Amino acid sequence: MGVIKKIQYNCRHATYLIEKRQHVRLTLRERIELAIHLSGCSVCRLFQKQSRMINKMIKGVFRAKEEEGRRLDEDFKRTMQRQIDERLNK
Amino acid sequence: MVETIVLEPRSWVSAHADYLYNYAFARLDHEEQARDLVQETFLAALERLDQFKGRSSERTWLTAILKFKIIDVYRKRNSGLQTERVDREPEQEFFEADNGHWKEEYSPRPLGAGREDALGVEDSDPLADKELTSILQRCLQKLPALWYSVFTMKHMEEEATDKILQELKLTSSNFWVIIHRAKLNLRACIQKAWL
Repeated sequence: MGVIKKIQYNCRHATYLIEKRQHVRLTLRERIELAIHLSGCSVCRLFQKQSRMINKMIKGVFRAKEEEGRRLDEDFKRTMQRQIDERLNK
Repeated sequence: MVETIVLEPRSWVSAHADYLYNYAFARLDHEEQARDLVQETFLAALERLDQFKGRSSERTWLTAILKFKIIDVYRKRNSGLQTERVDREPEQEFFEADNGHWKEEYSPRPLGAGREDALGVEDSDPLADKELTSILQRCLQKLPALWYSVFTMKHMEEEATDKILQELKLTSSNFWVIIHRAKLNLRACIQKAWL
C-alpha cells in the first residue's frame, strides 16, 4: 500500500489526530496527513463534528453539576464548625 | 493602601461549605467523598493559616487546597489501573486491524434519526436536549477511572496538559492515547444509546 493510500484508509490514526488537535497544535506532517484523510473520508468528518460537540456538552454537564446547588447536611456542618472552633480555642 | 484579605475561619462553614461541596461533588460524583474532602480542606487550611498571603480571596485559597485533595482521590482511584498496559490497544475494537479503517458496526452515523439533528448539525444546541445530556452522563460514568480523571481535569479545569501529566504521572503519548480511547468509547456509547 502506498503512503497516500495508507493515510486515506487509516481512520484510526485520523481520529487520534482529530482528538489531539482539539488540545494542541499538530506538527506540519500531522496537519497534512489529517487534511488528506479528511478530504476523502466523510465518516471521519462526521466523527470530528460529533467529537467537538461532545466536548462542548461535557463542559456544560460539569458546569451544570457545579451549579446544582446541593447543600451539605446541617449536622455535618455543625460538626465541622465545632471542630474549627475547638482548634482555634486551643 | 492595598487592602489585604483577612481569614475568618469561624465563618468558613457558613460562607463556603456548600460551595466547596458542590465543587467537589461535580468532580467526584460521590457524596460521601465530596463531604469528607470539604472537612479535610477546612482542617488542612487551619493548619496553614500562616501560609495565607492575603492576595487571593478566602474562597479561592480554600478551593486551591480542595483541588489538591481531589487530585489525590483521582490518584487513588487510578492506582489500581496503573498496571493496565496502554499498548493493549482496545481501540482495535473500532477499526480493522490491517488498514485502520472503521469497522462497519462502529462507524459514526448521523445522530439525527428523525428527531432534531442534535449531534449532526453545527448550530443546534445539544445541551438543550435533556435526553442526550443524560445519555452522555451515563456514558461518562462507564469510563475507567483513569480516563474519567483525565477527561474531568482537561475539560473542567482547562488545566494545562503537562500539569495533568505530572499530577497523574502519565507520559504525554499515553495521555493522547487515553484521550483518543475515551472519546471513541464515549461517542460509540452515545450512538448506541441514541439510535
